Amino acid sequence: MINLLPLFPVISLAGAFLIPLIGRNKKGVSDAITFICTLALFGLSIVSLFISKEKSLLVYSIGGWKPPLGICFVLDGLSAFMLVTLNIVSFLIAIYSISYMEKYTDKYKFYSLFMLMVAGMNGVILTGDIFNLFVFLEIASVASYALVAYGTEEEELEAAFKYAVMGTIASSFILLGIGLLYAYTSTLNMADLSGVIVAKGGGLLLPFVTVLFIAGFGIKSALVPFHAWLPDAHPSAPASISAMLSGVLIKILGIYSLSRILFNVFGVNKFTLLVLMVLGAISLLIGVFLAIGQWDFKRLLAYHSISQVGYIVLAIGLGTPLGILAGLFHLFNHSVFKSLLFLNSGAVEYATGTRDLKAMGGLRQRMPITATTSWIASMAISGVPPFNGFWSKLIIIIACVQSGRIGFAIVAVVGSILTLASFMKVQKYAFFGGLNKKFENIKEVPFCMQLSMYLFAIICIFAAVLLIPRISAYFINPAQEALLSGHRYAVMVLGGGKL
Amino acid sequence: MFIYFLCLILFCVGLYCALRRRNIIKIIIGLSIMEYAVNLFFILIGYRWQGRAPIEAADQNILRMVDPIPQALILTSIVIGLSVLALLVGIAIRIFEKFKTFDITKIKKLRG
Repeated sequence: MINLLPLFPVISLAGAFLIPLIGRNKKGVSDAITFICTLALFGLSIVSLFISKEKSLLVYSIGGWKPPLGICFVLDGLSAFMLVTLNIVSFLIAIYSISYMEKYTDKYKFYSLFMLMVAGMNGVILTGDIFNLFVFLEIASVASYALVAYGTEEEELEAAFKYAVMGTIASSFILLGIGLLYAYTSTLNMADLSGVIVAKGGGLLLPFVTVLFIAGFGIKSALVPFHAWLPDAHPSAPASISAMLSGVLIKILGIYSLSRILFNVFGVNKFTLLVLMVLGAISLLIGVFLAIGQWDFKRLLAYHSISQVGYIVLAIGLGTPLGILAGLFHLFNHSVFKSLLFLNSGAVEYATGTRDLKAMGGLRQRMPITATTSWIASMAISGVPPFNGFWSKLIIIIACVQSGRIGFAIVAVVGSILTLASFMKVQKYAFFGGLNKKFENIKEVPFCMQLSMYLFAIICIFAAVLLIPRISAYFINPAQEALLSGHRYAVMVLGGGKL
Repeated sequence: MFIYFLCLILFCVGLYCALRRRNIIKIIIGLSIMEYAVNLFFILIGYRWQGRAPIEAADQNILRMVDPIPQALILTSIVIGLSVLALLVGIAIRIFEKFKTFDITKIKKLRG
């Protein structure tokens, strides 16, 4: 329990540095190190879930320097929730990559960059200092630029360049915002910032910095109108990386950071929430309209990511307890079923060599497990009961109606219907129908990929269990309270917390 | 006050360059200009009127020092900018090998 918090970035960084040292020549060493590290992180995140329920807020001061002087790691309900989401997804994707990355060269470099990205994301979730957030955000972003370019074919390089340029512009906006905040408040610790803003008032600076942060973190999380890099980056990247990007990276670097800063540091007011809701609704509609016309499997999934992120931002932007609960639950669900969908598309590409929906057909007969898990994930994302997507979308719509935003509720329902339509298209063209002559001899994908897809599908089926009050008191409710507590976060962090 | 505006104008110049240039290398230079502008802004924030370098000296009568924290922050930021620049230039070299051009209007394989 003591010193648990720094283990999260430390284990992943240790893995990232050990892999090129040891895993270069022998086969299987880098796989083993990645597997052990991500399994350890997964176990630690479950332990942290129980600890945060028991103690409600933990503060670890790095080097012993107490906040607000030093950098601290803070574990509250929201951090524990995001840690569990991140580490489950990265563990299962690491298992998947053991077989999938055989098709690329230099697997140990992939694993090293992967562990760096996981280290960056763990750091972003845990940190309590705004410049430290920026540093970890850059670690994760730069690792992801390199990972998108991993295959170094033409499409991948073009997509990676576009992503890297937009990501760097986003980071510059965020850094400029941090500079302005530091000039105004003379402190970098998020809890102390919150206290100073309450005492001094926002003035003209706070709306300006809010706009800079919405632009910067909005580019990172691919909200419309900042979404242009996502539909290019996802199809070209290896499937494990598309799953990581869409499943965790855009949420942690974008939505989590934005929510933490807007809710706990600045304090939300009605105008900020309205902006978030409008951006969310626009992303919802534009994402799903652009997705229906796509014939490339992964590009279609990428546009759906934009749309589902719109759902999450719309729900969090409602600001009511039920809305935030719905948004966070949808964040978890989306990580699970979107990663599963990308892993399925990777399996299809591994077996057939193509991503074009028009060229596929009837894959169900030769790849039963991929087809079944893909069907489960498509039902989940479209919001069909009893899968997990249904419950989170239902609560989002109920929360919209309860706060009187009927227009946004109608937008959410329309988006859901169109999502169902496009996934019916995917299922029909890829898995059902007659088997294409070219694909007579394809086989099911290797065991590691099947195992990973199974486990994701099981989480999809049973995730509704997380809403039962006994269990949600451990998992989702602390996260919801952490966001709703607003400025009280500062009081609790500076007042002690344990350690 | 004037000097902060100049710094932000430099930032906008870099942003314009990154948005409107067609050559990949010029886009990368635009991004670098943006990063330099943000680093410069940090240093300007730290300045105190007639302050001296933030170094303790037991035998001198120090009236005022500039703020050392932004200086530490931009050291980190310069290193991050360097690593991003190295990665971007590496990607640009590979793009030249594959596409035989640096012109982004000709690098358009991904559509839709």
